Amino acid sequence: MTEPGKHFSSPSGKGSEPPLRRVAIDPISRVEGHGKVTLLLDDQDRVQQARLHIVEFRGFEKFIQGRPYWEVPVMVQRLCGICPVSHHLAAAKAMDQIIGAHVLTPTAEKLRRLMHYGQILQSHALHFFHLSSPDLLFGFDSDVARRNIVGVAQAYPDVAKKGVLLRKFGQEVIRVTAGKRVHGTSAVPGGVNKNLSRDEREYLLKDAYQAIAWGREAVALARQLFEQDLALYEAFGSFAAHSLTLVGPDGAMDLYHGGLRARSLQGETLFDHLAYENYGDFITEEVKAWSYMKFPYFNAWGPEAGWYRVGPLSRVTQCDFIPTPFADHARRDFLAFHDGGAARATLGTHWARMIELLHAAETIKDLLHDDDLLGDDLLVKGERQARGVGVIEAPRGTLIHDYTVNEDDLVERCNLIVSTTHNNQAMNESIRVVARQHLDGRQLTEGLLNHIEVAIRAFDPCLSCATHALGKMPLAVELVDASGQIVDTLESRSV
Amino acid sequence: MTAPILVIGIGNPSRGDDALGPLCIERLAALNLPGVELLTDFQLQVEYALDLSGREQVVFVDAAVSGPAPYAFRPVGPATGLAHTSHAISPEAVLAACERVGVTPPKSTWIMAIRGYGFELGQALSPGAKDNLEAALLRLVNMLAAQ
Repeated sequence: MTEPGKHFSSPSGKGSEPPLRRVAIDPISRVEGHGKVTLLLDDQDRVQQARLHIVEFRGFEKFIQGRPYWEVPVMVQRLCGICPVSHHLAAAKAMDQIIGAHVLTPTAEKLRRLMHYGQILQSHALHFFHLSSPDLLFGFDSDVARRNIVGVAQAYPDVAKKGVLLRKFGQEVIRVTAGKRVHGTSAVPGGVNKNLSRDEREYLLKDAYQAIAWGREAVALARQLFEQDLALYEAFGSFAAHSLTLVGPDGAMDLYHGGLRARSLQGETLFDHLAYENYGDFITEEVKAWSYMKFPYFNAWGPEAGWYRVGPLSRVTQCDFIPTPFADHARRDFLAFHDGGAARATLGTHWARMIELLHAAETIKDLLHDDDLLGDDLLVKGERQARGVGVIEAPRGTLIHDYTVNEDDLVERCNLIVSTTHNNQAMNESIRVVARQHLDGRQLTEGLLNHIEVAIRAFDPCLSCATHALGKMPLAVELVDASGQIVDTLESRSV
Repeated sequence: MTAPILVIGIGNPSRGDDALGPLCIERLAALNLPGVELLTDFQLQVEYALDLSGREQVVFVDAAVSGPAPYAFRPVGPATGLAHTSHAISPEAVLAACERVGVTPPKSTWIMAIRGYGFELGQALSPGAKDNLEAALLRLVNMLAAQ
């Protein structure tokens, strides 16, 4: 496929903005799904803005319109190959409301929870051990030829193996609860369509304790890496941000269900235990000309100052406690570390992610000992309503599914706010901080590209949900000066 | 017992020609070829390394956004790259992951890259991709039947 064209456009026209020009990206490049970063310089050649261009879920909301509501929990799994379970469950929760099933049976609720925590476990294991461990174990400036998964296997074979086996365990939890390895069908409006057999429970239990032990080791490893290079880890791509997360009624971390909690970067509570169907009263999605992806912000603080961060760092720092013992101990250790230094750091996200992985492993073990999973009471139904909202804490952060269904049972309107959208401005800010720290002059270097990739990896945005087909480009970075001219471009050589 | 041959089709059935991989697996499944196991997924992930263990031959079938039509069929080995996202990994990275987990890699591994043309959400398979799929199936079936 040929390189997409680049078109210059006039300045944004907003009076308060500095004299920057933007570079519009040809839509073809967005369809391809690779990541692209534009760094905009001011007239002193300092990085004024960073813009991460992401394909995201363009067209999906239209795609789902006109479909029967009961198909939606299965259809939405086609959104994302890495977290289909999160979309499956968020849509099922929304459709529960559509059919008036406001309280599920214990069997249904716990089976869904088990599936969800399997998803959290496998996704976090993949992220830390496969994607980020080469950066973290070898250092960001180390030789690219060594800083890869094979390098990890050679230098840290035990770490590499545990990462893959943890991921496999999470996938098995999903397979058993969802009914199949890919595109499960078990969460349906009003509950689930299968329970767990005794044999399935025993099968999963035999690895559950090992997963907890490895989860504890992973937390210790994440801490050790942070400690080893404290100054770098605390400063790298770090910024203060507001936060959004679900919490349980008692303030506990709850990744499956709860109310919304929003806090300012100073710790001030904007709203707490908010019934999530009312999210639209407090959050607005701003559209910007240079991106297909929207920019959500808290209404109370406006579009410029109201952006926020979701995901492991927000969840671990903003919950009142984690309701499993090892993970809560790890949370307290994390918050206390270096007077809160890790809890404020972008790279603290890796540590927080491993605390959540440990929590997921503990939760899976606890659920597997609960006989409710073996029950036969799977479905409930109530009074039909037109609108249903489902919110879940997906591995990367808060995920909102919002549907309106007409009298013919067809979806009339659909609004999705995925974790990557919530984190949109936060990611740009992190990249801007890194670029300011590491851009020297007007030339892009491999070193700068590496550092930008490390910042992006901390969030692991949904860059390639559109399609993953062979032949796609990796990350590209372009540098644009104050006059709007592209002064340098660089593409990652990685695969 | 593990089948000696594994064919993995990759792609999202709802995104136009990205469906080439899963469609190929669907067609192969109907043939019920002995000694051949079939898997399909949206994207490759690292745990697929465990599925590769001890196989005689593995074929990854995927849509290609560029390259020759109707397909490119080539051997593949482990690669040492590092991605900026966890959302998908390449067949080369899956092979490299075999080393991470102590899995014996397949004796031979191939990529069947079927040329696609449109990858938008909700699109049907393009006419060109349909033709390319038939050509790729012919090649694959001949090879698998000869094993």
